[in-house]
Amino acid sequence: MKIHEYQGKTLLAEAGVPVPRGIVAKTADEAAAAFTELGGPLAVVKSQIHAGGRGKGRFKEHPNQPGVVLVRSADEARENAARMLGSTLVTIQTGEEGKTVSTIFVEEGLDIANELYLGIVIDRETGGPVVIASTEGGMAIEEVAEETPEKIHNEPFDAGFGMAPYQARKIAYRLGLPAPAVKAASKFLPAVCRFFVNNDCSLAEINPLVVTGDGQLVALDAKVSFDDNAMFRHKPFEELRDLSEEDPAEVQADKAGLSYVNLDGNIGCLVNGAGLAMSTMDLIKLHGGEPANFLDVGGGANVDQVTEAFRIILSDSSVKAVLVNIFGGIMKCDTIVEALLSAYDNIGFSVPLVVRLEGTNVELARKMLEDSGKDIATATDLTDAAQKVVGTLST
Amino acid sequence: MSILVDKDTKVICQGITGKVGLFHSQQCRIYAAECQPDVNVFVGGVTPGKGGTEVDGFPVFDTVEQAVAATGANTSMIFVPPPFCADAIMEAADAGMRLIVAITEGVPVMDMVRVKKYVDGTNSRLIGPNCPGVITPGVAKIGIMPGYIHTPGTVGLISKSGTLTYEAAWQLGNVGLGQSTAIGIGGDPIIGTNFIDLLEMFENDPTTESMLMIGEIGGNAEQQAAEYIKEHVTKPVAGFIAGRTAPPGKRMGHAGAIISGGSGTAEEKIEALQAAGVEVAQSPADMGAAVKRAIEKAS
Repeated sequence: MKIHEYQGKTLLAEAGVPVPRGIVAKTADEAAAAFTELGGPLAVVKSQIHAGGRGKGRFKEHPNQPGVVLVRSADEARENAARMLGSTLVTIQTGEEGKTVSTIFVEEGLDIANELYLGIVIDRETGGPVVIASTEGGMAIEEVAEETPEKIHNEPFDAGFGMAPYQARKIAYRLGLPAPAVKAASKFLPAVCRFFVNNDCSLAEINPLVVTGDGQLVALDAKVSFDDNAMFRHKPFEELRDLSEEDPAEVQADKAGLSYVNLDGNIGCLVNGAGLAMSTMDLIKLHGGEPANFLDVGGGANVDQVTEAFRIILSDSSVKAVLVNIFGGIMKCDTIVEALLSAYDNIGFSVPLVVRLEGTNVELARKMLEDSGKDIATATDLTDAAQKVVGTLST
Repeated sequence: MSILVDKDTKVICQGITGKVGLFHSQQCRIYAAECQPDVNVFVGGVTPGKGGTEVDGFPVFDTVEQAVAATGANTSMIFVPPPFCADAIMEAADAGMRLIVAITEGVPVMDMVRVKKYVDGTNSRLIGPNCPGVITPGVAKIGIMPGYIHTPGTVGLISKSGTLTYEAAWQLGNVGLGQSTAIGIGGDPIIGTNFIDLLEMFENDPTTESMLMIGEIGGNAEQQAAEYIKEHVTKPVAGFIAGRTAPPGKRMGHAGAIISGGSGTAEEKIEALQAAGVEVAQSPADMGAAVKRAIEKAS
């Protein structure tokens, strides 16, 4: 689960990580009032969306308006916020469709001496959290890794002990920080690491992490996401979820216990198992088609789930045919077909449906499909299924 | 011979009094009884607070330690809910289980960080979590896979995915190849056992004559496996990678199946495997045939 910058900073501040003073604004007037309340000569007005690259991003409705802007008066804050709120911000990470801004964060300006990069993720190789630090603050870390890998410093740390002071010093000296900043880093880094572990983060990225003129470290940005599997022990975080940032069909699928990802193609697929679902997408592509989605109904799919799955697939207007690919294991094929037939009746299919079944009780299930008298094409194997479903589009 | 599961395997289920745990314990017992009619392979289960009771003929114990003392179990199959799975794995390792198979899906990554460190310091081997389990066809199965689609044979099968493994086993059967042992290693970012350990075991297992490894997008375990194969594996290996059409930044069902920062793509994995001499199936329909081709190439 991703959260907004302002939410991440609130949590970081509670964990003892220095962040700039900032105020959330939902209207242009609130943004102006925030500028006045902060009381400084300048402030930063920042669009809140779940994507990076906001500073370089521009609005569809206002092609000259950046997603993050420095302002010097309350009026300037108001004008910028007015253009941002309700408009669609397109950044390198949002895709062409962009994201609608409904919240603004107004922050005090800082005396910035230097900008650094700090990120924490789970490293599969070492089997634990790792700090990624770089002198190249403000840049996308993937680009730095590509162009100047020597400027990236990785420091794995123990989730139980946290980051040791010597590790923090090691990073600080590698980054070439001045003496007061080294001291600040020996508190800042362990605090962020503790925050990461205690809150079951999957990502905590501070880019840029700034060194101020007087050698303090401050988190100028915060990109935080949590491990969905750990949310049961962080109930308060549920309030931080912003459903307007998520694909409505994916939210609907999630509620039904289905795993769904919307894609650009026109062949919908319904599959049991994540690996087989991915493979089915690949198979469609291999035979000249384009998959419209990833959908895993899971191992224990019942009538309600299969019905919901069809509903989600068919509500995508670009879907012109549907492929069902089931390998029945403990979940028997006939059970799936029963659910399928009942869902078929409930929904009212308007596009061709191709079904490929294999596994437990497959003969019985195939006969049920045949006897149903419905306009459902059956396939003998994966290749046959792909050819048939792609074929329905070309005729 | 085989790996991980053999005729000495004695299994208990942690979480046996739950609906799913009991169902699969029963299925595993039926499969083992068909394979080895004279031996009791599935010897009981553990649910704290229900020790001393019995469920469908399985004796239930309060702790794994007690279960081991009473039954001589050396393997545990875990079905406890995600919040308690890490604790269950550590209890099994503490009791000296040589093999722990965690089926549970949805274990927090931070729990696995701690568990992996703990288990690595013991003599236990953990498979999973979020996996279908392990089967040595004709001997025993520990997990949720349908037994009948697996036939005894000489292919060592390693996969990150459940139903895709069934698909592979079924295709292998169609081309007349059975499996020595088939293992689902799980689709989470941090898992107990990765490809390399199992490739090594299969390389050293006299029954295994070839291998099939099925990977997917996310991480670089497949690339590391490719490096290992190039250096250490002499037996023919075929492979398949799921997720060529997966978009970046989106989790595809499995917690670990995500292309992040442009890395972990299917293309880079396929390239690495091919460079290591692995016969990579281009289509998921081609997995069985790919193993056949790998064997023919080597002979």
